[in-house]
Amino acid sequence: MLKHFNKSPVWVLISSAALILLPFVNDSRSLMIMITQIFILAIFAMSYDLLLGYTGIVSFGHAMFFGIGAYSTGVLLSRFEPTMLWLLVSIAVGMVVAAIVSYFVGLLTLRLSNHFYAMLTLALAGLFLVVAEKWRSLTLGNDGFTFRVPDVMRDRLSFYLICLILMVAVFFFLMRLTNSPMGKVLLAVRENEARTQSLGFKTIHYKLISSVVAGVIASLSGSLYVLSLRFVNTSVFALDVTLDALLMTILGGVGTLIGPIIGAAIIEVSHHWLSELGKSYVIFERWIIFFGILYILAVMFFPKGIVGTVKEIRWKKKRPSKVETNNKNKRIAG
Amino acid sequence: MSILKTQDLTIAFGGQVAVNSINLSIEEKSFTSIIGPNGAGKTTLFNLLSGQLKPTKGSILFKNEDITRLPSTIRTRKGIGRSFQITNVFPNLTVLENVRLAVQSQAGVRYQMIKHFRSYKKMNEEAYYLLEQVMMAKQADALASNLAHGEKRKLEIAMLLALKTELLLLDEPTAGMSLEEVPAILKIIEDIKSSGNRTILLIEHKMDMIMNLSDRIIVLFNGRLLEEGSPQEIMNNETVQNAYLGGLYDDHTA
Ligand SMILES: Nc1ncnc2c1ncn2[C@@H]1O[C@H](COP(=O)(O)OP(=O)(O)OP(=O)(O)O)[C@@H](O)[C@H]1O
Ligand SMILES: [Mg+2]
Repeated sequence: MLKHFNKSPVWVLISSAALILLPFVNDSRSLMIMITQIFILAIFAMSYDLLLGYTGIVSFGHAMFFGIGAYSTGVLLSRFEPTMLWLLVSIAVGMVVAAIVSYFVGLLTLRLSNHFYAMLTLALAGLFLVVAEKWRSLTLGNDGFTFRVPDVMRDRLSFYLICLILMVAVFFFLMRLTNSPMGKVLLAVRENEARTQSLGFKTIHYKLISSVVAGVIASLSGSLYVLSLRFVNTSVFALDVTLDALLMTILGGVGTLIGPIIGAAIIEVSHHWLSELGKSYVIFERWIIFFGILYILAVMFFPKGIVGTVKEIRWKKKRPSKVETNNKNKRIAG
Repeated sequence: MSILKTQDLTIAFGGQVAVNSINLSIEEKSFTSIIGPNGAGKTTLFNLLSGQLKPTKGSILFKNEDITRLPSTIRTRKGIGRSFQITNVFPNLTVLENVRLAVQSQAGVRYQMIKHFRSYKKMNEEAYYLLEQVMMAKQADALASNLAHGEKRKLEIAMLLALKTELLLLDEPTAGMSLEEVPAILKIIEDIKSSGNRTILLIEHKMDMIMNLSDRIIVLFNGRLLEEGSPQEIMNNETVQNAYLGGLYDDHTA
């Protein structure tokens, strides 16, 4: 059974150890901020991949849950004392609201074919965006508002470490979940839902669980995101946020957990790099165009993402004869 | 005692009546074969019995309970298992994972999300044992999508066996298998029959196989139940001869 051993947890642990040491070796502030963003977006992308890659559910409104976490934290910390206690309460509130919303979105649509979920999430995320724009007394609309955060979170190094720990925790939690008997049923739902039902599984339950877990984790990433900015505005509900998650997941590798992390790193680094270039060449300010092109190239040439492609190459190298299955069959008239 | 009954079971696709007012009564622990030319409605009848399709008219009783409106999930749990003619497995999962899902369902391990699946030793062993039964242990780690057609069919059978249902619906289990594979599958079916505690419905075109195994044979033709009887009665029946046995079956390929 040892040959089934998945090496990615080991890699994650080794890399995290390196990442813990990094700020002590290189104390570039902007680098640390960028890597912190990667941790946060990686959490978001992993939650998206639980839906897309592990359950086969497409969501066009995952930003909704990101925004719910973002506003819960922003609003509560601006209204109350910026203490650790209120911070934890705000994160918990975001998660609970996200759980409730994702549960009902799922309940309404997941019995139907999958594109209803995609459409309803798209519409609801749009609705949240409009509400956030109009409810100015709470959100100050598109202008947004700044807020104070607990001192621990103000310290860039400790915030970096907290985000790293949370990303690794989410990674191992999802790893556990997807390797559990229930996680295997999620895969079965992704592969062939009707068949999963006929084996005796109530697939709606599994899709709901996946939807709720993904929503709750996305909300956590939204809370962390606004903590890093100490500012929140309606952009957290924007379609771009969902598309970023989609791009990170597809680029890194759908149906893996390491993939979204790698995808988040690539997108965030190139984002950074393109906006630097944008200072000298105006065209690069339109980085969304480049992401569009990147997206098309990824889908065309690496449909399995970076992780999937690397795995495939290694697989072929290791066992060149395995693909050939018993084709010697003399077919007989049935 | 009859375990399965249908009354006036009918389904129409648009104007075409694929299953037309079928009344069946299947004896508990019996072996019944269903024959009929291509397009007779055999698979559609199975789809109605296992819950893949809902009838336009009529009802289905399983162990005296009306299951007509129950979804396939619940029917499986109540004891109706089936294999599919057009193989219906999980393509990007391994062969072992495919079977293990069926084992998992049968064991009632449905929502456990903390323990690693590998720590369920019994389930893994059971899945492996079933693969050995259908001679697929060697391919345990291959992706189901890489299997040849006949092998997918063996996988289907392993998954069906894993469910341990009282009623087994087998839709052309040996179609597309190589000659050396058929006897082993036949042996599995014979073993189930001789163990004497399951009820089997078999759709097949191989007449010798049907004649040896069946207690009863049902002939479908154009969605209707044309004839029903013991293998001898069916062999000697003139209507059946004309409609079906008159050469139609031996040019059938699945
Ligand atoms: N979902 C569906 N929609 C429309 N027509 C269907 C559907 N399922 C089956 N049919 C039609 O019903 C008829 C019976 O099909 P069925 O698959 O039950 O035949 P069969 O007896 O299993 O044939 P074979 O020996 O080829 O497997 C066919 O004419 C088929 O085209
Ligand atoms: Mg058929």
